[in-house]
Amino acid sequence: MRKFLIRRFFSSIIALIGVTIIVFVLSRQVGDPVALLVSDGGYGLSDEAWQAQRAKLNLDKPVPIQYLLWLGDVLQGDLGHDLSDGYPVTKKIQEKIPNTFRLAAVAWVVATFVGIPLGVLSAVKRGSIIDYLARSFAVLGITLPAFYVAIMGILIFAVKLGWVPVAGSGEGFAWKNYVLPVATLSWGAAAGYTRLTRSAMLEVLDSEFVRLARLKGVSNRMVIWKHALRNSLIVPFTVSALLLAGFITGTVIVEVVFAWPGLGRLAVEAVTNNNLNLVVGTTLMFGLIFIIVNFLVDIGYVFIDPRIRLQ
Amino acid sequence: MQIQIDQKNKTLAERVPRPIRSTARYIKRTPVVWLVIIGVLVFSAVFAPLLTPYHPLKDADFSAVLRPPFWEEGGDFSHLLGTDQIGRDIFTRILFGGRVSLMVAVVAITSGTAIGTGLGILAGYMGGMTDEVIMRFVDMWIALPFILLALVIAIVLGQSFSVMFLLLTLIAWVGFVRPIRGEVLSLREREYVQYARSSGASHGRVMIRHILPNVASTVLVLATMGAGGLILSESILSFLGVGIPAPTPTWGGMISDGRGYLEEAWWISAVPGMAILLLVVSLNFLGDWLRDHWDPKLNQLI
Repeated sequence: MRKFLIRRFFSSIIALIGVTIIVFVLSRQVGDPVALLVSDGGYGLSDEAWQAQRAKLNLDKPVPIQYLLWLGDVLQGDLGHDLSDGYPVTKKIQEKIPNTFRLAAVAWVVATFVGIPLGVLSAVKRGSIIDYLARSFAVLGITLPAFYVAIMGILIFAVKLGWVPVAGSGEGFAWKNYVLPVATLSWGAAAGYTRLTRSAMLEVLDSEFVRLARLKGVSNRMVIWKHALRNSLIVPFTVSALLLAGFITGTVIVEVVFAWPGLGRLAVEAVTNNNLNLVVGTTLMFGLIFIIVNFLVDIGYVFIDPRIRLQ
Repeated sequence: MQIQIDQKNKTLAERVPRPIRSTARYIKRTPVVWLVIIGVLVFSAVFAPLLTPYHPLKDADFSAVLRPPFWEEGGDFSHLLGTDQIGRDIFTRILFGGRVSLMVAVVAITSGTAIGTGLGILAGYMGGMTDEVIMRFVDMWIALPFILLALVIAIVLGQSFSVMFLLLTLIAWVGFVRPIRGEVLSLREREYVQYARSSGASHGRVMIRHILPNVASTVLVLATMGAGGLILSESILSFLGVGIPAPTPTWGGMISDGRGYLEEAWWISAVPGMAILLLVVSLNFLGDWLRDHWDPKLNQLI
């Protein structure tokens, strides 16, 4: 187990370094960073002043050194300033991140509590109408693009029926504002859970130890919810990381469509306004969250599945 | 003794396919529906200019803005699926948008398949350090949040067909490596590989002439399943405004255009979404079918 975790830890670190290198290299392709900082793209600026500015930004040093210096700044929480209003990027991210977390957390809980029981039901009542509905729910959730679900949701429930607001995160405890974004975001993940739980459940229900339990006279409910479910949860859990990837893409889209004031919307707005520092900052932040959660999932995986612990 | 088939646990009985007798069963058993849908969409994208009297960009009819589709009140057959906010025919734009989606997806899946398959074979066949380096790189790649890197790349390199193609290739290749490597690991121990080696074939020749044909079915299954994902990714990027730039019709871009008009003209967003849905669902089902029939082992991997 130790070996597995250490290995995963180092591959997380490598992935993190990879993200920073890619982002750094890309961000240096936009042209001379000095031109972004001085007014009018440096028109009328003397050569010496230009060179001084370059030295100030460490641009006179070799690229690997530039990268390390930049990385040093990033590690100290200095992501530079917003190019449009001069506000520190770190501050902006700090302001938006709780909104994204709140949305993602609610959606995660909903996805888990809808997806897994539905998968169990679908497996237990195999071939019934419930199974059919659950499978349709899963197939639709996996293939429907999130932005399409979001827009159709707005069209039907906000515009036509007027049950929920069209967009925004609302003031205070505005549960109605959560309905559509959470439904959109959790459908894909819930579908993934349903599908995986169903197939894992079917396999486990067919296994020897479940038959033995039945033979011993364990009640049907106990067999399903205790013996079988525990063993079939491993599979959905292992792919949590993959579902999470969908979640990150999902928050970006959901926040844009529902005008949710979170990190994803900040990133997309930054792209549309060519606001490089902000794009770099938000991408790094998302990368960091993604990789950390991935690692946590790996740790959880080890604790759930004893077979890995023994390896 | 009478043999009874247990209706509840008919897993075994189900696995033995009954002969195909009726048309209904034929449709159920084979991916004919999905192939027809994909075929129609590809056909209409390829022959788009012949199928519609309008031009997707030039024919903006300002006297007929926000016309509904023909089955709605106020719509007629001159604009089958209605018009958008500046009077462009939606049916026409969907046909031409399909060209973009399909073209990008086909080009990207081809290059992604080539890179991914190549690396998968290399990792599986060579083993050792090569394997280790390739697989660690794949692990890292999977851990990258792609949509955001795509945003950065789009802002840095600008938006164009070739940037979109690059982005989708960067997404596509990674899905091939692990399943193919797994398969090659067992293939390389086969006798014919050893015969080929002992009769003097180079490693390169063995990989291309002996290993590659044997993973071809897996490659095709993975490519079909990946294509749907790529079309979705393309539409997501276009929707977020970092895809192929504006006047060129794309399905994702059209959905985004219609967002401001949901109340008075729902069809601007809804109809292109249906196109994406049909294509992606069909590709997924086709991929599932191919996997089940050609490569059941993959079932455990994906």
